[in-house]
Amino acid sequence: MTDLMDYDDVIAAFDPALGLEVHVELNTASKMFCGCDNTPGGAPNTKVCPVCLGLPGSLPVVNGKAVESAIRIGLALNCSIAPWGRFSRKNYFYPDMTKNFQTSQYDEPICVDGHVDVEVDGETHRIEIERVHMEEDAGKLTHAGLTGRIHDADYSLVDYNRAGTPLMEIVTRPILGLGEKTPAVAKAYMAHLRELMLALRVSDARMEAGNMRCDANVSLAPRGATELGTRTETKNVNSLRSIEAALTYEIRRQGAILSDGGRVHQETRHWHEEGYTSPGRSKEQAEDYRYFPEPDLVPVAPSAEWVEELRGTLPEPPAARRARLQEAWEFTDLEMRDVNGTAGSIDLIDATVAAGASPASARKWWLGELARRANEAEVELAELGVSPAQVAEVQALVDAGTVNDKLARQVFDGLLAGEGTASEVVEKRGLAVVSDDGALGAAVDAVVAANPDVADKIRDGKVQAAGALIGQVMKQMQGKADAARVRELILEKLT
Amino acid sequence: MAADILTATAEELGRRIAARELTALKVTEAFLAQIERVDADVHAFLHVDAEGARAQAAAVDARLDAGEELGPLAGVPVAVKDLFCQAGVPTTAASKILEGWRPPYSSTVVQRLLDAGLVVLGKTNLDEFAMGSSTETSAYSTTRNPWDLDRIPGGSGGGSAAALAAFEAPLAIGTDTGGSIRQPGAVTGTVGVKPTYGGASRYGVIAMASSLDQPGPCARTVLDAALLHEVIAGHDPLDSTSIDAPVPPVVDAARSGDITGLRIGVVKELGGEGYEPGVELRFREAVAALEAAGAEVVEVSCPHFTYALGAYYLIMPSEVSSNMARYDAMRYGLRSGDDGTRSTEEVMNHTRAEGLGAEVKRRIIIGTYALSSGYYDAYYGSAQKVRTLIARDFDAAFDQVDVLVSPATPTTAFLVGEKLDDPLAMYKSDLCTIPSNMAGNAAGSFPCGTAPEDGMPVGLQVMAPPQADDRVYRVGAALERALAAPDAGVLTDRIASRWVEA
Repeated sequence: MTDLMDYDDVIAAFDPALGLEVHVELNTASKMFCGCDNTPGGAPNTKVCPVCLGLPGSLPVVNGKAVESAIRIGLALNCSIAPWGRFSRKNYFYPDMTKNFQTSQYDEPICVDGHVDVEVDGETHRIEIERVHMEEDAGKLTHAGLTGRIHDADYSLVDYNRAGTPLMEIVTRPILGLGEKTPAVAKAYMAHLRELMLALRVSDARMEAGNMRCDANVSLAPRGATELGTRTETKNVNSLRSIEAALTYEIRRQGAILSDGGRVHQETRHWHEEGYTSPGRSKEQAEDYRYFPEPDLVPVAPSAEWVEELRGTLPEPPAARRARLQEAWEFTDLEMRDVNGTAGSIDLIDATVAAGASPASARKWWLGELARRANEAEVELAELGVSPAQVAEVQALVDAGTVNDKLARQVFDGLLAGEGTASEVVEKRGLAVVSDDGALGAAVDAVVAANPDVADKIRDGKVQAAGALIGQVMKQMQGKADAARVRELILEKLT
Repeated sequence: MAADILTATAEELGRRIAARELTALKVTEAFLAQIERVDADVHAFLHVDAEGARAQAAAVDARLDAGEELGPLAGVPVAVKDLFCQAGVPTTAASKILEGWRPPYSSTVVQRLLDAGLVVLGKTNLDEFAMGSSTETSAYSTTRNPWDLDRIPGGSGGGSAAALAAFEAPLAIGTDTGGSIRQPGAVTGTVGVKPTYGGASRYGVIAMASSLDQPGPCARTVLDAALLHEVIAGHDPLDSTSIDAPVPPVVDAARSGDITGLRIGVVKELGGEGYEPGVELRFREAVAALEAAGAEVVEVSCPHFTYALGAYYLIMPSEVSSNMARYDAMRYGLRSGDDGTRSTEEVMNHTRAEGLGAEVKRRIIIGTYALSSGYYDAYYGSAQKVRTLIARDFDAAFDQVDVLVSPATPTTAFLVGEKLDDPLAMYKSDLCTIPSNMAGNAAGSFPCGTAPEDGMPVGLQVMAPPQADDRVYRVGAALERALAAPDAGVLTDRIASRWVEA
């Protein structure tokens, strides 16, 4: 069992240093170096051609749209755009790589020296971006065996549909001085990048699908020390929660080792959703990738005019957008803070409002019922499986009196179970409230007859006593009664 | 009748096919029969696609009979170095590791040949993955020089050059990374041109060293080479390094051959020690003939050419080490040792050990070393600097003259086996040709007679600035006309009686 030190004790003794490398898969129509379909999925090895299969004689050609996306990402991250840069070959053998080298920018990245500001608990932290570079993704290996790892697999299957998908790697400079907030800032940074990618429309940015993956580097140095400690790199962390949890775990693990007088091994580690990291290959025997400039590609040389043209296509910065929407939606600071504090909710509310719901109702659903469900399922709000259009439709049914709030929750059950549109769920589950006077009248008559003393109170003018009768009618109608109409019927009958 | 077909120029065959005096099928049959008759001695071909060639020829005949206007080489057969992918046709790069592989796609060059109505007879032999200067490193056979079967036909494109010299094809396609078109051309008395880098598409050409490889035409006459050049050259969106500009007017230049007032520079560094006297003699005579034809001749110094061979043998293997990595037994080609006891890595190692030859392995090892961390700057980095200096030498020279000339090779064809165990001696075969690969300019080799010592052909190399490929042909055509008997005209005609049955 790995020793872990109490988090607060680690922070009291050590300063964590953080470094994040985020891979973003672009959603361009075609792949990085060939014309193959870049949409995810499909039967294995159907979205391939001589180029992404690395067949003898094939040659890459850079996808101009991917370069465009890279420049827009760089500009959105306040980077300088390099006027000239070459791709390189990163040489290593692995069966998921068709050429046994990855074509990647190495020492001449397209975007350098940027920054973003992220907010945690009302405090702004500046994250310096060292570089953003372009590369290609590899294929996907499936190892048939007990652990799913290559070393004890009986056989392995490989799918090259993903081979050649355009990837952007966004690398931060070391982030220092965050103390206890280190994991929270990392999470906020990732959420910020995700928001940015969606706003730029350059990636589907679905973390659970691997569209965005984070390699989280962290090291500890004794408080006040000037040199950084030995770092570990936890690879392919693919949810916001996991980033925070993995970093917290690594900080506690390294803290225990260092406090015990041990030394941290520089290595890559794997994150397990059960809540721990385990060692991968050691980086101390550094692999030699024998990088050299890719001779099959001409350098990428974006003109200053093109870069400026692309700058003009940047979306509104997220912070400005938040301020604008708060005003438009007439939310109080407190209401808006909840929106800002829930990853992805601003986009979901915005889209729900665009689909016809009122801002207040959109906020109520996303931050109430749906946030609760996301929390239970341990997924991000946007990953829950309910779309803004569906929420707007549910609210329209509420507004029309077809369902009440309580029934609406059951409509969401149906939506999540894939039972069709909201109206279809209402139909199939028989959820529509009853406002038919015949059925309601009979129930009211029965409840009045069963509660003569309450009825008398109402007759005497104590109208507020009607609440007790309404509740019983609702119960009798299994919640599917139009409460307002029930009240009217009771008062009509007794006053 | 068949003899006339075999010895005719491609230009003449194209004309007679277009005029319907000959059918493409008849011409194709004549060459298939010649291959059948002589290739057991020459070993120029690795694969003869008789069925495919007949079908292509018949299709061209049908189109011509229907009155369609095709290009000047429609119906003319061509032999293609087995480094070019052709859909459905075995493509091996003369390596065991690709034995039996049939590419699912065609290279741009082959596609352009087929689109222009040329008939692909088959795939010619080469050094394994084009790594060699004698065609002896082929995993399948050793091609012989039709001038003397005990001698090598040059390399790596010895198969294409020998096929021309033995009248097995009127045209052939090669690739030139350090001289693999020009050196075989020189030692077989044929014409071989390396276009400007990026002049003809590399798409579908199995890579040796990507920044140096260049496909180009091989023929027995200058005009034939130019006509073939025009078919295969031009921008290809599938090759990012291909030049997006009109093809230089090579055919006009080959037809004209007028070099009046052309300034020709003789490269001082490409001659002297290590050069065979007969080679230098014929070279000097050829230069004198060009001067007599109206050119101005001066001597030019290119001081860094001395370092070209050394730098080449760092850059080329570096790229080779990376380009060869894909042959790992996982997806296509040979897989050996996969008996259920070996891991993926072990199967990769086993297959590469068994499937690749000694020269390929030597270059992979040298290149892997040169790119290694800690050695990169000293080897690959320095070699790139030399490359820049060579390009500057060319720039400075082309400020003074229109073209440069040198012998194409230091020696005539050597004996089979003579240098196989001495890589350094072998590498020196490319001493004169490598600078143009390093700088990417256009260069060609043209026959200039035979050496008195051994009666073997000598080639003159013409080097022109990038995208001035037409100057190469202009000088080549002038030389073809200016030489005095017995070297005048088409040099290979001197061995026609040996190879073609009357």
